[in-house]
Amino acid sequence: MNKKREPLFHIVKRDGVSWQKAWGIRLLAIVVALLVCAVVTTVLTGDNPISVYATMLKGAFGSVRKFWVTTQEVAILLMISLALTPAFRMKFWNVGGEGQVLIGALAAAACMITLEGKLPNALIICIMVVSSIAAGAVWGFIPAILKAKWNTNETLSTLMMNYIATQIVAFFTIVWEVPKGSGKIGIINQNSNTGWLPAIAGNRYLLSIIIAAIVVVVLYVYLNYSKHGYEINVVGESERTARYVGIKVEKIIVRTMILSGAICGLVGLLLVGGINHTVTTTIAGGQGFTGVMVSWLAKFNPVTMIFTSLLIVVLRRGAGEISTAFGLNHAFSDILTGIILFFIIGCEFFISYKIQINKKGKEEKENV
Amino acid sequence: MTNKEAAVSLRGITKRFGAVTANENVNLDIFKGEILALLGENGSGKTTLMNMLAGLYYPDEGKIYINGKEEVISSPKDAFALGIGMVHQHFKLVDVLTATENIVLGLKGKLKLKEASAKIREICDKYGFEVDPNKKIYDMSVSEKQTVEIVKVLYRGADILILDEPTAVLTPQETEKLFAVLRNMRADGKAVVIITHKMHEVESLSDRVAVLRKGEYVGEMVTAQTNAQEMTNMMVGRSVSLNITRKEPVNPETRIEVKGLTVRNEEGIVKLDNVSFTARSGEILGIAGVSGCGQKELLEAIAGLQKAESGSIIYTDENGHTEELLGKDPLKISDLGVYLSFVPEDRLGMGLVGNMDLTDNMMLRSFRKGRGIFTDRKSPRHLAENVVNELEVVTPGISTPVRRLSGGNVQKVLVGREISTAPTVLLTAYAVRGLDINSSYTIYDLINKQKEAGVAVIYVGEDLDVLLELSDRILVLCGGQVSGIVDGRNTDKNQVGMLMTRVGGANDYE
Repeated sequence: MNKKREPLFHIVKRDGVSWQKAWGIRLLAIVVALLVCAVVTTVLTGDNPISVYATMLKGAFGSVRKFWVTTQEVAILLMISLALTPAFRMKFWNVGGEGQVLIGALAAAACMITLEGKLPNALIICIMVVSSIAAGAVWGFIPAILKAKWNTNETLSTLMMNYIATQIVAFFTIVWEVPKGSGKIGIINQNSNTGWLPAIAGNRYLLSIIIAAIVVVVLYVYLNYSKHGYEINVVGESERTARYVGIKVEKIIVRTMILSGAICGLVGLLLVGGINHTVTTTIAGGQGFTGVMVSWLAKFNPVTMIFTSLLIVVLRRGAGEISTAFGLNHAFSDILTGIILFFIIGCEFFISYKIQINKKGKEEKENV
Repeated sequence: MTNKEAAVSLRGITKRFGAVTANENVNLDIFKGEILALLGENGSGKTTLMNMLAGLYYPDEGKIYINGKEEVISSPKDAFALGIGMVHQHFKLVDVLTATENIVLGLKGKLKLKEASAKIREICDKYGFEVDPNKKIYDMSVSEKQTVEIVKVLYRGADILILDEPTAVLTPQETEKLFAVLRNMRADGKAVVIITHKMHEVESLSDRVAVLRKGEYVGEMVTAQTNAQEMTNMMVGRSVSLNITRKEPVNPETRIEVKGLTVRNEEGIVKLDNVSFTARSGEILGIAGVSGCGQKELLEAIAGLQKAESGSIIYTDENGHTEELLGKDPLKISDLGVYLSFVPEDRLGMGLVGNMDLTDNMMLRSFRKGRGIFTDRKSPRHLAENVVNELEVVTPGISTPVRRLSGGNVQKVLVGREISTAPTVLLTAYAVRGLDINSSYTIYDLINKQKEAGVAVIYVGEDLDVLLELSDRILVLCGGQVSGIVDGRNTDKNQVGMLMTRVGGANDYE
């Protein structure tokens, strides 16, 4: 009679799991996600899910141009995610990537607009690089110093810094609008191309991609093998331990956030100088927030982040494609993206825990 | 002991966590009207076993009989319904509520605080507790909080009471009071299980001893027919020596001289009040005191982690060169050879990083060495290997995160790292906190070796018996003041206990 009252299963913490198994679980999650999406697609729209998926892939990689654009978008998102990562490893929740990118973008645009024709182009580009990086760094520094000195909540302060950056960009949009009254800056220096970053080997997408690749390698080494990276980890894991061994926690917070902001500033430079040649309040396009997710999904590992940012970008571009190809509105592709992310994030639970079916005595089945 | 009736019978209980088997086929009886001491080394599965009774874990295999009937305990609620109550090592109380409110928290039915208070008083009178039902938890001492925890489980009608290391945070006087209460419960026919590492407590309190080793039940004994040595041997599985050798200090020189040290905490409360003493090389200075009466602040002030309001801390090195430590950076102080190894309540909060492996934890002290921007992991790896070999740290490997190690092994790693740096002054607090007897003696041994090597050791301890056996001199703190400094060789426990509760409780200042 007691058997009836016995619970059917228990959730048990795994004692550590091999990476093969972990990736197996993740792969399984993606497969299940695609199956669920297929069912949802068929039920809601009547379209063939296979062709929907094919269209998504076509949207991301369907032509040479699409391939390069996708890769470039991956590069940008990847760099923003990488920028946030040192702060996250320190458990400093920097959600201000958006503002740090924007302010870097504005700094680059300001140089392009105000210095055109006054200095040699090469020098202007150098000034742009320095000022974008510095602007991003300042935007990272302010919440960091507030946290270090007065222990303010960094999530709030970095978030607020986003709004400040947006409003500053909005203000300068009016100052520099072309033509007057349009409310837009338009393409900057369209004729002189002053401050436009050079195309590498005739390919205008390549620059961001190369820089992103460099940032991945540098950050990977910095975080895992340098003394700074070690200090960041210690501060993130236990501030008390850090103080105890003589690490100056305040200094590490400020230094790391300056780095975080500086990389975001660099992204701002690429967006303005290399890709859009203009600045708008939406130039970062919410990627400062998407980057948070990309970084988390990759468990703050710079190399894994290549795959997570690729996944997000492919989903995003593919979603856009199916909404036009099948005449579905954009909300539908958001549903699919949502389902896929739900499964990818949700499967982490099964990597940390397992479900144990209670069959006393014999056959203890492990169910992943 | 003729008509013993089993309150709880465990049969073939097995519990695994991943690859680790915490309990393997355990058979254990707990009788009514009896105090059972559950013994075992750290990580031998005592707490796990009791947690299964309390409904926190669910056994993988085996059966639990309560009062002779097979039962399924799948939540703490089931446990309560069966009259099983557990008092955990870490109190689970809401600070801003009163004792009564905490006790009735989560119970069904209307909230009748007055009736509850009356019932609580009744329970207190019956067993001899002293607790004010209307006092807020944050105003309570550790011992009062523990009393509330015990009353809480009794209020819910527990007949089977489990206490997990209840005396770890109590003074000797408080411990005696608790034991008196437990004896009253035994007289009342309740079944009491106590988990403890302190052998003299086992001997003075329990009727029966059950021993677990590596998750398996190895046997039981009637307390009156055994002794500490036998119980320890049974726990460890081989014969171990339970003696602390205390050698005479060899030409002691003053290393640390503290004068008039006053420290306030962040809330402005005086934690140390005009404290003065000296610590000498080749000597162990024990520091005794009720928990929270300034030991932590004292060590942290010496290590440069705590700002002082006034006073001075003079460090003298082997060549007679002196240096003021107050106001110095912790890094500079450790460069001078003054090392702090503080084992906090959660063991990992300070000094080690739980998620990092042994190598990375060894690096905490040394990672700044070398010029380049990159860390050198080779020498910390060697150090980790040495510590693992010399101190017999049980670990799957040196790249295992330290949080996976059991308490004793974590502490060995911490102490091992601190002494590897060849300190001249070693500050250690609660080095054996929560450790089983065998690991504790390994640590005492290590500390004694440091003393013999001429290190000035300042040892903050909880176990008075050990402090008295280990220390050359004992400084007793009471409410942040120096209550007395006594000679460890001719002081007894009572005298120190008196000093702990009252400043100048005895008059033999050194």
